[in-house]
Amino acid sequence: MSRQMTGAEMVVQALKDHGVEVIFGYPGGAVLPIYDAIFQQNDVRHILVRHEQAAVHMAEGYARSTGKPGCVLVTSGPGATNAVTGLTDALLDSIPLVVISGQVPTFMIGTDGFQEADTVGITRPCTKHNWLVRDAEDVAQTVHKAFHVATTGRPGPVLIDLPKDVQFASGTYVPPKSMTPNHYQPKVKGDIDAITKLVELMETAKKPVFYTGGGVINSGKGACQLLTELVDATGFPITSTLMGLGAYPASGKSWLGMLGMHGLYEANLAMHDCDLMINIGARFDDRITGRVADFSPGSVKAHIDIDPSSINKIIRVDLPIIGDVGHVLEDILKVWKARGRKTATAEVAAWMSQIDEWRAVRCLAYTSSDTVIKPQYALERLEALTKNHDRYITTEVGQHQMWAAQYLQFDAPNRWMTSGGLGTMGYGFPASIGVQVAHPDALVINVAGEASWLMNMQELGTATQFRLPVKQFILNNERLGMVRQWQELLHGERYSHSWSESLPDFVKLAESFGWKGILCTDPADLDDAIMEMINYDGPVLFDCRVEKHENCFPMIPSGKPHNEMLLAADADAFKEGATLV
Amino acid sequence: MAALNIKQGSTSHSAYDLRDYHAQGVASHTLAVLVDNEAGVLARVIGLFSGRGYNIDSLTVAEIDHEGKRSRITIVTRGTEEVIDQIRAQLGRIVPVHDVIDLTRTGPAVERELALLKVKSSGEKRIESLRLAEIFRASVVDSTLESFVFELTGTPDKIDAFADLMRPLGLVNIARTGVAALLRGC
Repeated sequence: MSRQMTGAEMVVQALKDHGVEVIFGYPGGAVLPIYDAIFQQNDVRHILVRHEQAAVHMAEGYARSTGKPGCVLVTSGPGATNAVTGLTDALLDSIPLVVISGQVPTFMIGTDGFQEADTVGITRPCTKHNWLVRDAEDVAQTVHKAFHVATTGRPGPVLIDLPKDVQFASGTYVPPKSMTPNHYQPKVKGDIDAITKLVELMETAKKPVFYTGGGVINSGKGACQLLTELVDATGFPITSTLMGLGAYPASGKSWLGMLGMHGLYEANLAMHDCDLMINIGARFDDRITGRVADFSPGSVKAHIDIDPSSINKIIRVDLPIIGDVGHVLEDILKVWKARGRKTATAEVAAWMSQIDEWRAVRCLAYTSSDTVIKPQYALERLEALTKNHDRYITTEVGQHQMWAAQYLQFDAPNRWMTSGGLGTMGYGFPASIGVQVAHPDALVINVAGEASWLMNMQELGTATQFRLPVKQFILNNERLGMVRQWQELLHGERYSHSWSESLPDFVKLAESFGWKGILCTDPADLDDAIMEMINYDGPVLFDCRVEKHENCFPMIPSGKPHNEMLLAADADAFKEGATLV
Repeated sequence: MAALNIKQGSTSHSAYDLRDYHAQGVASHTLAVLVDNEAGVLARVIGLFSGRGYNIDSLTVAEIDHEGKRSRITIVTRGTEEVIDQIRAQLGRIVPVHDVIDLTRTGPAVERELALLKVKSSGEKRIESLRLAEIFRASVVDSTLESFVFELTGTPDKIDAFADLMRPLGLVNIARTGVAALLRGC
């Protein structure tokens, strides 16, 4: 079914053939032929953004909430360079994206032409792979390859740079099916001997813990179901990274909550004291391990990951299993069942009661107030009032992000979109738009801080234009809260440039874009205000004025091991005795 | 408040575990990387080394299969066993990379380098350089009345040794190809 068409038409045809329904983008000189092809069809919907960085974050939100790759179209030069932060964000969080950038015509490449940038050079380290297409005959194959690379193995962003003359030139379109097989075929099945060895360890473990990450969610809904089945059948406790929340339901009986720098006391102590750690699709990030030398000193460590470079990168593991989480979990369950579903029941029960003692510390307790809204209280109320909705949560980066991870509960995957690896302030607002595009009838809330939110505030116009009823729940403390917290605890309370000066009137700002603005300052009004936000049929900017100096606990201070975490009550003692500063 | 007193390389004051890259057990490894000969592939490999802070002591690259468009990159690098494992795994992640072989670990391997050395001298020194070239089995590929260009093939150590000998005899320029290597046996 090969046909003659222009490079630009091939791009759009290939997108259709890969089932792409929506593309986020911004036009410019070097992508005009593709925009012309988009204009002349109705299958692929185009969302016009206000800044290319936001287009990439929208595509990330779309991808993470659907499990499908997100697509972006930008022009050459500044269009492509603006996309770099989003690409890096997607690379670190393993989000599948296909980004298409325009380029100056091939005969102008290297002449410092108008809006020319070395896009493949600039994006090489921040994509999984990228291509500069110099011949219209290669356009279709390259787009097909791009989808294959973005979505197989460890997913990630890819970029195709298309010079304008290639977009105009005619070539032969070949459909995805007739593509020559690519050598890039990552291994998905785990080694069965290693899997059997893991099952043997599980049968005798006295203090086991599952430590799961974003890889479970990337592996798909089926993998999440298998994980839930395995956890519930063994009765082993489970904790998750920021990226993996929702893979195992937060309402499940074995759920410990998130681990890591601001993770729960019981989760971090279970990690520190366990005798068998089963890492499934997580990567021993520095925010998880604390001081590497003291990380979970007494445990045998198994690590399931599709990316061989994740094995032994930070923590030396005893039992690596390279493969797709879903495939490996399926085999673990099969082998474990076939061997008689054994666990060290009595010892595991004793382990669980030890964990219950840690739970009793109630590490998320905070001092409540009648006069000022505590950010933790705001999130508890948000959770209570939205949990029965078809709800998706995105966040920006900082204290509010950690509080959201601590206080909101996720019972299903793909419902929680946050910038984990790169920690990109400005991620949450555009990501919420991407999620809403994919799920037009759902309740999509971006839990934000005022400083992060301002970083991509221009997207107010996008939500208005496409009638996307996103809710921006801003915990406004007029501070860069996490920076302020570190300055308080580690830099002698010298608050260098960590406050938000000259903030806008958020209600007026909202109204100027046709949004609804809500200001809430009193804890007594909070429930009504949240209900007003939920029930409003349209986008809402919610300015929730919260306690300005609240710190986020628990916290593992920088470079400390898991068992030296700080709770709210310890903070003052830590500061006074701090030899750190 | 006391002044900031953070010891260099200390882990207790940083959120990051500052690894000691001068750790014991650092050894030289020769890696063969088989890649699709497509635009930018060398930049990907080199960018990985610079981006992740690994060393390149020597690098050689050329297409080895014109029809299959396949190139072989030979890299000599240094690191602990853990770092070398990580380099191999990271190279394996690059999409156009087909295979990564640690020739040092899988070895033994034959390693050869070619060098061209220009020696400018006269009289006794000129005769001595020619005599030494004979001992090293270097051949003269260019000659004027005041200079020679010697061509020498061998291990990097042999070339180092020859260059050291030529230095007092009027060595003015040297060009080296970097190491090419293959596993011994079949």
